[in-house]
Amino acid sequence: MADTRRPLSPHMQVYRWQVQMVTSILHRATGIALAVGSLLVICGLLDLAAGEDSFNHFKSMIGSPLGMVLLIGWTWALFYHLCNGIRHLIQDAGAGYAITQFVRSSWLSVIASVVLTLLVWAYVLTAGGAA
Amino acid sequence: MSAKELPLKDRRDPLKVARGLGSSQSGVGHWWAQRMTAAALVLLGVWFVVTVLCLLHADYATARAAVAKPWNALLLIAFVLSMFWHAVLGLQVVVEDYVHTRWKEVLLLVAIKFLAVLGALASVLAVLRIALTP
Repeated sequence: MADTRRPLSPHMQVYRWQVQMVTSILHRATGIALAVGSLLVICGLLDLAAGEDSFNHFKSMIGSPLGMVLLIGWTWALFYHLCNGIRHLIQDAGAGYAITQFVRSSWLSVIASVVLTLLVWAYVLTAGGAA
Repeated sequence: MSAKELPLKDRRDPLKVARGLGSSQSGVGHWWAQRMTAAALVLLGVWFVVTVLCLLHADYATARAAVAKPWNALLLIAFVLSMFWHAVLGLQVVVEDYVHTRWKEVLLLVAIKFLAVLGALASVLAVLRIALTP
């Protein structure tokens, strides 16, 4: 790879910004983030199995400012990957391939993921913070 | 020309040489497994988020009792298994796309599989421990 002088695809620098490109990149990025976030699920389950002290420790970790920021990030990553994943499943079935539909569904998954994240965190914060 | 006059390696049917080249190997299995786990995770993921939100301020005993309920334990194990399976399939594609040094690529792919299996086993063991100990 290193000795290739010619420009390589996908020629990012000549592309005009478009929402379909962002949804595609975000799907991968959130997928990687969620794979890292699966550590949180493991930790939660292991701490719950280990006993009351470790469970309370886990709760104080995710209730800390850094924990909350990570949780909000993972909430959005989960909802984005979920919404855009449903969009991909619909496209895999052969539907929604016209360019206008493609652009509209791209915006839909971005907006829906933000709205769902806001709803969940509005509920969490009005109910008195995480954990 | 009879077959006897040909050099040994040329006697193989051309199809035998061509088979296994190209892209038509195990890709469909990967693609389909990724979609099946995705469909499962749509349902299980929503269930997981709702369950966690219901346990928002739960103390230790309440949380443990909730996870110990048979349906919750079952769905939690299903969620964890499909999550790690889906993650392995997705991370595999990302590594194959962007890591161009062969030994690094193989190392990463093996490491991802090992870690995912460990993570899945640890989670399942934790759920079983909670569900089966009174």
